Amino acid sequence: MNLVFKPVILTTDALIFLLIAVVAASAWYISRHPHLVAPWRKVAHNRGGMIACVILLAFVSVGLLDSVHFRPRLTGDAASGKLNYAVDVMSLFDVIAAPLRTRQEKTYSAPLATHLFSKETVELPDGTEARVFPRLTYGGAHLKDPEREWSRDIINRVVAGVAIAALIWNVLLLCMTLWLAHRTARGIRETWIAVWSGETEVPWREMLVTNGVLLLVFVPMIVLSAKYHVLGTDKVGQDVFYLALKSIRTGLVIGTLTTLVMLPFALLLGILAGYLRGWVDDAIQYLYTTLQSIPGVLLIAASVLILQGVIDRHEDWFQTASERADARLFLLCMILGVTSWTGLCRLLRGESLKLRELDYIQAAHAFGVPDFRIITRHILPNVMHIVLIAIVMDFSGLILAEAVLSYVGVGVDPTMNSFGTMINAARLEMARDPMVWWSLASAFAFMLLLVLSANLFADAVRDAFDPRVRGRLALPNFLSKYLPALRSR
Amino acid sequence: MINYLVRRVLYAIPILIGVNLLTFLLFFIVNSPDDMARMQLGQKRVSDEAVLKWKQERGYDKPRIFNAGAQGAGKLTDTIFFEKSVPLFWFDFGHAEDGRDIAHEIRSRMLPSLAIALPVFIVGLLSYITFALLMVFFRATYIDFAGVLLCVFAMSVSGLFYIIGGQYLISKLWNLVPISGYAGGLNAWRFLLLPVIIGIIGGMGSSARWYRTIFLEEISRDYVRTARAKGLSEWRVLFRHVVHNAMIPILTGAVVAIPLLFLGSLITESFFAIPGLGSYTIDAINNQDFAIVRAMVFLGSVLYIVGLILTDISYTMADPRIRLR
Repeated sequence: MNLVFKPVILTTDALIFLLIAVVAASAWYISRHPHLVAPWRKVAHNRGGMIACVILLAFVSVGLLDSVHFRPRLTGDAASGKLNYAVDVMSLFDVIAAPLRTRQEKTYSAPLATHLFSKETVELPDGTEARVFPRLTYGGAHLKDPEREWSRDIINRVVAGVAIAALIWNVLLLCMTLWLAHRTARGIRETWIAVWSGETEVPWREMLVTNGVLLLVFVPMIVLSAKYHVLGTDKVGQDVFYLALKSIRTGLVIGTLTTLVMLPFALLLGILAGYLRGWVDDAIQYLYTTLQSIPGVLLIAASVLILQGVIDRHEDWFQTASERADARLFLLCMILGVTSWTGLCRLLRGESLKLRELDYIQAAHAFGVPDFRIITRHILPNVMHIVLIAIVMDFSGLILAEAVLSYVGVGVDPTMNSFGTMINAARLEMARDPMVWWSLASAFAFMLLLVLSANLFADAVRDAFDPRVRGRLALPNFLSKYLPALRSR
Repeated sequence: MINYLVRRVLYAIPILIGVNLLTFLLFFIVNSPDDMARMQLGQKRVSDEAVLKWKQERGYDKPRIFNAGAQGAGKLTDTIFFEKSVPLFWFDFGHAEDGRDIAHEIRSRMLPSLAIALPVFIVGLLSYITFALLMVFFRATYIDFAGVLLCVFAMSVSGLFYIIGGQYLISKLWNLVPISGYAGGLNAWRFLLLPVIIGIIGGMGSSARWYRTIFLEEISRDYVRTARAKGLSEWRVLFRHVVHNAMIPILTGAVVAIPLLFLGSLITESFFAIPGLGSYTIDAINNQDFAIVRAMVFLGSVLYIVGLILTDISYTMADPRIRLR
């Protein structure tokens, strides 16, 4: 095979693909059962939820692009059979954002700057030395006289960006209208009026506007980043915009895989305890009470420290540094999952205790249906709404927890891009005068957008599936203030 | 009541044994004393003698669970498990890596932790409830909507940003209080003010919104209608009747946190350089001082169980119909 790259599937990638497969399969299953579609239709009619959904989808697509990994080929050819591949594992997103990744400056530079943030001694043409702000190697390097040309160049690029955004948005609008008209079998004009007067049940107008705003913000940023560092550079000169986009994957992985990891435990043990009762119930209750009684962040810290030790002792398990960082990310998800399954488990136990006394399950019993079949056919489908609500509600808490854990030093690998590591690195620069604010501000903005939309979407899902479950699921987490990782309980 | 308490305390014993076993498993089985020694002495190229010496100094050179070489009861007692894990039950935490007595450190660091956590807890609780009641008072208006929006917004900001933002605005820009540090005695308030305020604001979003849900559920009850029919003012209905009746869910969330206040807040304390238990734990994590982390894990679960028992007792005070048997 004469591949120019060698595909690499990291553990978390594999799990993400698995997750997508599960989501796709359940979407297909749900779409064939009208009673399952009904609550989702309610979600689709929720304005805040759908706006959040558009934003989340944008984040997810970046995250997915960043989850297709490979190692590019360096030398060698197929004939000799000896191919050398780079040690750096790259993702599809890295390739798309190659200009951002490769154009590294010396150190800090402000957003859109043409000069470095700190003075350096340079030798002038006449032989004397002077302390000046040197020009950046890449940012605004195409300008001959930055002071005169800079503002005009920026304006030109922003205008171009806005024009492109408008073009994309209009194409989108056109496609949407045509598709809706086709679907509802109405005229294009009528559909247009219905969408823009907000008469459609699914809030298309709001979704289109959200999309437009996203395009208006990000397309000019992308256009600008062809020649500038839109959000500045960090201490080692890496583009902050790139770092922030890379952090998205880490956040999404922690938010989703943790729940995926914990779900089998919580489902199996919770339902078994509630359904079988007796000594099984006692044993399972003992297990989760014990785990729950340990303050979450301490258990997480202890486990991460110890498993990090295991990783360090077995460097030979991993071929590349990214594989090692990924192993740590995966372990973090596992640990967060193991420490946070207890809350869901308790809820599921309570629900199955209630369900098993209901008539239809008693009837199934009387007909001699085996326990396993009762659980899979009658109990499992009837607790799924709790599981779903728990998943979406945990998501935002886990992203926030990651930042705190990374600050404590028990989060993701320090070489891995994440909001936590970004904040951690930026925090040290608060004392500088003038302040280096851009790293912190970017991490703040991206995180807020992600977590806020996750929260809004979770609310929409919860309202549609069970408006009353909130009180039971999310205790007012006083603890969350003291031990933030507990939020996910 | 007494019977109930005795039973609860007895129930706590197997849980604490479980916690103890779990920590033992994590700290001595997954991570053997040899590994610990290598971590402490620096990863690579540590001679076996150095490892042995390190283990001897700390008493980690014994068999882990069963000592076949010892006599009689010594088979079980002359082991790491018996000497390191069992004494946790009588709060004998042993010594940290730097040789200091952990129990003594914990005692001296409790006060600064409490000095932050207690005001945050009390003032926080009162202000969240008040805020939630205000939202309920203005329910189904734009004020309520704005309040909920504010809460969701506040929930979505990482706690780290509240701290960083607060330090920047209040300490650096306006120079009102010192950025970080701690002083004993009455001077402490200057250092405590900022962390307390940030702590309260940081918990605002999720708590206020949660209380709002509880209160909204209450105000559709009959007793509220009766109270209004009697001609009581809406304020009185909300702040007396509704709050009293919503006490149980409020206590469920709040009381369990009281004992854990001793443990302090990890992040706040280390950001503000306050010598409490939270920053102690963070330092221990960063130095990989397993003895301290082990002690804190055990202490944390003891306090959590105390919190659960306190919650039950507080129920009987809030609602005389509840009797513990």
